[in-house]
Amino acid sequence: MAEMQTAPAGAGPGQRLLTWVDNRFPLTKLYNEHMAQYYAPKNFNIWYVFGSLALLVLVMQILTGIFLTMHYKPDAAKAFESVEYIMRDVPWGWLVRYMHSTGASAFFIVVYLHMFRGLIYGSYRKPRELVWLFGCAIFLCLMAEAFMGYLLPWGQMSYWGAQVIVNLFSAIPFIGPDLSLLIRGDYVVGDATLNRFFSFHVIAVPLVLLGLVAAHLIALHEVGSNNPDGVEIKDSKDARGNPVDGIPFHPYYTVHDIYAVSVFLFIFSLVLFFAPEGGGYFLEFNNFIEANPLKTPPHIAPVWYFTPYYSMLRATTDLMVNVLAVILAVAAALAILRGGFSAMAKIAIAVAALIAVFLLKTFDAKFWGVVVMGGAVLILFVLPWLDRSPVKSIRYRPGWHRIVYGVFVFFFLVLGYLGSQPPSAIGNYVSQIGTLVYFGFFLLMPWWSRVGIFKPVPSRVTFQSH
Amino acid sequence: MKKILLSLLIAFGFLLPLAPAAANEGGYPWDSFPRAKMTDQAALQNGARIFTNYCLNCHSATYMRYNRLHDIGLSDDEIRKNLLFATDKVGDTMKTTLDPRQAKDWFGAAPPDLSVIARSRAEMGKGSGADYLYTLWRTFYRDDAKPTGWNNLAFPDIAMPHALWQLQGERRARFAEVKDPHDEGKTTHRFVGFEQITPGALDERQYDEAVGDLVAYLQWMGEPAQGTRVRIGVGVLVFLGLLVLITWRLSSAYWRSVH
Repeated sequence: MAEMQTAPAGAGPGQRLLTWVDNRFPLTKLYNEHMAQYYAPKNFNIWYVFGSLALLVLVMQILTGIFLTMHYKPDAAKAFESVEYIMRDVPWGWLVRYMHSTGASAFFIVVYLHMFRGLIYGSYRKPRELVWLFGCAIFLCLMAEAFMGYLLPWGQMSYWGAQVIVNLFSAIPFIGPDLSLLIRGDYVVGDATLNRFFSFHVIAVPLVLLGLVAAHLIALHEVGSNNPDGVEIKDSKDARGNPVDGIPFHPYYTVHDIYAVSVFLFIFSLVLFFAPEGGGYFLEFNNFIEANPLKTPPHIAPVWYFTPYYSMLRATTDLMVNVLAVILAVAAALAILRGGFSAMAKIAIAVAALIAVFLLKTFDAKFWGVVVMGGAVLILFVLPWLDRSPVKSIRYRPGWHRIVYGVFVFFFLVLGYLGSQPPSAIGNYVSQIGTLVYFGFFLLMPWWSRVGIFKPVPSRVTFQSH
Repeated sequence: MKKILLSLLIAFGFLLPLAPAAANEGGYPWDSFPRAKMTDQAALQNGARIFTNYCLNCHSATYMRYNRLHDIGLSDDEIRKNLLFATDKVGDTMKTTLDPRQAKDWFGAAPPDLSVIARSRAEMGKGSGADYLYTLWRTFYRDDAKPTGWNNLAFPDIAMPHALWQLQGERRARFAEVKDPHDEGKTTHRFVGFEQITPGALDERQYDEAVGDLVAYLQWMGEPAQGTRVRIGVGVLVFLGLLVLITWRLSSAYWRSVH
């Protein structure tokens, strides 16, 4: 335990109070560690504002959510009505509701950009693996939070979207039907489902989310931020032990982020006040019709932020399962012929491949669709161990790596677009290619990330003063 | 960075041709609703009058309170005198006396609540809900094959009879036989025009105006705060625009000393 400090003679009441608190709680210490003496690289570019913006949106979602909860009724007979009540009769209710609904989409936009930043600058590489893992867990929580929140307005899309997604769980062999029954609390999505989703949406998931955000930040501030050059600023320190290329987060990045926040809020307000439906992408038109269990809409589309994964689910047809089986067999054959493994390992690979192909053909394609959809998110977790490139940042990678990233992003966007559209034959082929590109990008990364001529990484960050 | 952006842009070129395939296939194309009516208080008030006189008999607007009509310039007295049924109070919501079960027997479907009808009927690639409603009310025609004697181009086999027929008069639709674009061997009907059978109380231009007013009201009723929303939004953007300028200068002032 630290010794009791005393405020210097003649100190004002403010400083005396601070000393009193500091003797009992590490207030100044925390402030210094996370703000005033947290040294961040000075060469951050625009990609580095999205973390702060995500925190802003999180706070906004929680605050608006608190006020919505005061007026919303989690009851299948009253939910739709209570949302319209908020929109019409609650003073400023429309503003709070639109902030929350637009905020959901803004959250995903900001988080996708934040993740992309991590991807291109190698922010997940050693020693930041845990920062990345906590981040992936946050993304997973966010998806659960958004999915369950979307049921609450109790419109047609809320209802049938939930019905489709919960039904997916029933495709899991053996435990599936019971599992989906457990999630719904009923044989169809109904009042019981609404009540439990409400409970998860307003308390369970946000609690976990907040804990993970704290862990994400603590881990980040322990190892220090990465930067666009992928250079460790802790490698060059001045006489006082502070990184030469680092600057205190406060005030430099606080003013910088406040500027970013203003720009973000400007764009956010453009949507909120002038196009709150986001052209039918943020608030789906069909969701202004109250949920009707007897009337299935002709086209059920999830909200835009889930559509890339939904596309991958739909892409996993019987044909796709056959393609996957062939790819698996070829990969195993190559590993056995060219991999230079011992005889025992070769036999193990062959047996594993045979079992995998057998399982692929045994279970329904729908189940593998669920596996593909879940795998698409879970594969992000192992990214730090897939990337074998000798440099972190894309700046010092071979030029063609940029094209690989470009193709990956392109197909992710195409998958997102196709997932929002009714199924079509051509669209399905394109999303099958997109799914293979998505998984190929990650699973082949141990190989392609090492290939090519890498540029020399400087020992100090590149920075031009403003 | 440039290369990533460039490859993305090029890639989008390939994506574009896919879009039309996904756009809504078939159906009668929608006309565009005259949006200027949304800021015309007289039009909105006239729309409210048509709505309470013609629609509210069968359809409800359960989330809409009569006294919210203050927002389009109607006073409590005007609402009471012109729009209210005798038993209702101005603080009530717009309910209907029609029993939904009977309605289902009579029309085959219970008339939907109209509170948010304009918001729910929009379709991507086809138009807004107001466009749909504006088209719907101008494409009713006589069809003896239907139980109600009415049919509609925007909503084929619609269960609702033409509630505004006294205003528009009766019309017949003329169809031409054309080759099916999807199947050479078949022919399909294509709409070529309307033919007035009996005149209505309004001529065609007056009727379009009246329907425009009604749709403007329905659009407004879908979100009564929409005018307020846009007005406040302008103020918010002006404020945030200034804030962007100030915070930009603030940030630069601090960063000038970083080398």
